[in-house]
Amino acid sequence: MGLLSDPNRRRALTKLLTRLNAPICVMCYLAGVAWFMGLAFEPFTLRTYMSENAMGSTMVEERFPAGERALATGREFAAHKKKVGGMPVDWLVKTMQSRGLEVFTQSFTRKLPFPDENKERYMVRGTNVYGILRAPRAPRTEALVLSAPCSEGNNNNQAVGLLLGLAQYFRSQIHWAKDIIFLVNEHDLIGMQAWLEGYHHTNTTGGDWSPLQGRGGSIQAALSLELSSDVITSLDLVLEGLNGQLPNLDLANLFYAFCQKIGVLCTIQGKLQRNDWDTTSGYSHAAQTMMLMVLKQASGRPWGDHGLFLRYHIEAASIRGINSFRQYKTDTTTIGRLLEGMYRKLNNLLERLHQSYFFYLMPSLSRFVSIGYYMPAFGLLAVILLLQVLNLLVYVGIIDSFLLSPSVLHQPSSPGVLSILTPVVISHMTGVALYTLPILSQEMAVQHFPVSETEAVVLTAIAIYTAGLALPHNTHRLLQGEGTEEGWRVLKLVALLYLAVLLGCTALINFSLGFILALSLVPIAAFITPHTPKALSAAIMVLLSPGCTLLYCVFVFQELQETPVSLQDGWMLFLSVISQGILDHALYGSLVYPLLALLIYPCWLLLWNILFWK
Amino acid sequence: MLQAKAGQFFSSGHTNNWAVLVCTSRFWFNYRHVANTLSVYRSVKRLGIPDSHIVLMLADDMACNHRNPKPATVFSHKNMELNVYGDDVEVDYRGYEVTVENFLRVLTGRLPPSTPRSKRLLSDDHSNILIYLTGHGGNGFLKFQDSEEISNVELADAFEQMWTKRRYNELLFIIDTCQGASMYERFYSPNLMALASSQVGEDSLSHQPDLAIGVHLMDRYTFYLLEFLEDIHPASTANMNDLFKVCPKSQCVSTPGHRTDLFLRDPGNVLITDFFGSVRKVEITMETINLTAPMVKVTSHIKCYREELTVLSSRTKG
Repeated sequence: MGLLSDPNRRRALTKLLTRLNAPICVMCYLAGVAWFMGLAFEPFTLRTYMSENAMGSTMVEERFPAGERALATGREFAAHKKKVGGMPVDWLVKTMQSRGLEVFTQSFTRKLPFPDENKERYMVRGTNVYGILRAPRAPRTEALVLSAPCSEGNNNNQAVGLLLGLAQYFRSQIHWAKDIIFLVNEHDLIGMQAWLEGYHHTNTTGGDWSPLQGRGGSIQAALSLELSSDVITSLDLVLEGLNGQLPNLDLANLFYAFCQKIGVLCTIQGKLQRNDWDTTSGYSHAAQTMMLMVLKQASGRPWGDHGLFLRYHIEAASIRGINSFRQYKTDTTTIGRLLEGMYRKLNNLLERLHQSYFFYLMPSLSRFVSIGYYMPAFGLLAVILLLQVLNLLVYVGIIDSFLLSPSVLHQPSSPGVLSILTPVVISHMTGVALYTLPILSQEMAVQHFPVSETEAVVLTAIAIYTAGLALPHNTHRLLQGEGTEEGWRVLKLVALLYLAVLLGCTALINFSLGFILALSLVPIAAFITPHTPKALSAAIMVLLSPGCTLLYCVFVFQELQETPVSLQDGWMLFLSVISQGILDHALYGSLVYPLLALLIYPCWLLLWNILFWK
Repeated sequence: MLQAKAGQFFSSGHTNNWAVLVCTSRFWFNYRHVANTLSVYRSVKRLGIPDSHIVLMLADDMACNHRNPKPATVFSHKNMELNVYGDDVEVDYRGYEVTVENFLRVLTGRLPPSTPRSKRLLSDDHSNILIYLTGHGGNGFLKFQDSEEISNVELADAFEQMWTKRRYNELLFIIDTCQGASMYERFYSPNLMALASSQVGEDSLSHQPDLAIGVHLMDRYTFYLLEFLEDIHPASTANMNDLFKVCPKSQCVSTPGHRTDLFLRDPGNVLITDFFGSVRKVEITMETINLTAPMVKVTSHIKCYREELTVLSSRTKG
């Protein structure tokens, strides 16, 4: 007889399942973590290569000559910026027009839900200036974008200067098949969001901006330039965008290929590549680079001005010039040549970049891990949840009743629907409160307590989060009678399935976020029952809750960036991370904060309810 | 001496020359395929075949592509010495008209009555035809325009149709693609000679990149073929064995192949100009014709030129 139709074998199978459940789960967890850490080991990664045939190799002659003139323009821009005290719109319009571009401006205003203490802004008003270089012989169907942010103080002046220098040089070439849009955006991401929304006629976040007068066709690729010094020692590539979306790997390959050709040092996550992969320090270097990328991707915020392009299926990356203490310096002409080469190759594109991977992790700039290789790490963690579900199904009796013959049907005492539904509803309502109340009640909080608006929002959020811990005691005061033994099992079944679906969907879109949440939530989801020692379990649950996971990630991130922080500074950083997360959601539509508040936190509260089930 | 040369003139048996030159790939990064075809076109025109006898099929326009930094030119060498596009190129099938169906219809003559003369291969049983194909190919197929392929079986059948309809006297087939030798494996009609740039399992490589234009300009095989043809003039006596030696493995990296088993004559006796040029056949006669005499019935003077050939050769031998 078959394995599943033979009752004796079935019983043996289910006995095996329930007996070995805990060891298998532990092994899966360790295997998942080991698989993930093994991704950074060089023999398990693949070397990057150009997949797009139309772009081919770096076979192009770069002749950009005017690096010094670009720096002079940058200094002029700095002077005008200081004179005007913001973005020198008139000077930019005049300069771009003199270079033969079609110049347009866009003004925008934005009121943040609460003041942003990191960038010190609340009511934001600004203007974007962009000039379109029309392709000499082509129809205006496609475009490429080169942007530089207009930042305060002495930042990014050289970037704007180089942008204008390249505009002048590109204008004299006749081989452009796509329009090139040179964009200078004010207030970095807010300006970029306004420009992109205006360009694509969407309005997802409720900003107020004037419509764009000039357009250039559908944008195929974009690069954002950040350059704050006259000479640099290396170029850093920033890929992570909004909601953890990454540009097509071919863009990173193109950048790397040109850096190799021209001889500029290039880094990713600010770390230079090492050749000694077989030593421990070499491996840990690659692992650190990969962990930085994972943490940045999990945060769901755009790490450069390019981050907002990705949502419109425009492959974009940010290039940041870094000037550190190294002997060999690269001048602006060379950076201009690199950008010229990249744009000439992007010019050859016939379709959007689609041949290479969209989901990948990079332990270094020349090595990558694709989704097919890293997903099993998450899969191993998700299997734990499924094993626990099967285990619970055996206990609840559902599995046995199918497997055993009808005469021996086991009648489970089904718990009342209300006793299951109530914790679910109350957890989700707490989640909704966590999502909406901080911003809504900031005025009230400011009136009653001596804190600023930002602090009010963040502290309200933490207060609601902690208040949720007191819920189980109060829920049971509402419900008359005691919950049954079956009750918590069904609730745990619901919670496990819910968590599995949630984490699975998150991992598909943003693997890093899904994996980090799985790392902390799967152990507690798997092993929590009302019968485990209460004090210890409660402590572990709080330590592994989403909020504390965020706290650890902040500390780990600082460690990896080689700027470790003390507990006090770490706490302040944690508070600012929460406020930035809420702002990102309000301004750009980042989904991390709603995901954590509305879905992950209620799920954790369900598990907390289970722990305190009476 | 003159009579010996005359003997050589009439040994091939053809009276006119045609050329069908096809570039099957489009897109800017396939610049080299268009440059290949235009190089052969240029040589063939230079050696005497007029545009009316050339069917030129180019799947894309490189000269006027937006990405061409030197508009209206197609170069074959990175020093920009030779603009193979020239001033008088006449493209018969352009862009999306270059399809497998159109190619086969041109070869077999099965075109709708409205097709203009310039798009027809009006060959007869005394025509020597040169067919040159270039593009991306594989084992047994040639890719046309990214969406269709022609297989070696179809090509062999098309040539058989041409033979049955007496549309050629002798046919030289040159193909410059990856695994090109697979395309002539299935030929079975007589009087076909074939050359390919690479064997099955080998890739044909491109010759040199041009950094100013940003693409590869030519494929290796056609580059050395062009170099070889530049030395040929209408009166040269180079024969097919010299053509087989073009682009050895040291220069081409791939191994060029050829097939002569279906060809009735010995390749050593076949002149390059039999296919690449349009050498006018001159009939040398020793008789004087009295033009002032009254008109005589012409029929007695009309003989098959083959008879004259045998008469002439018997005269010279005797």
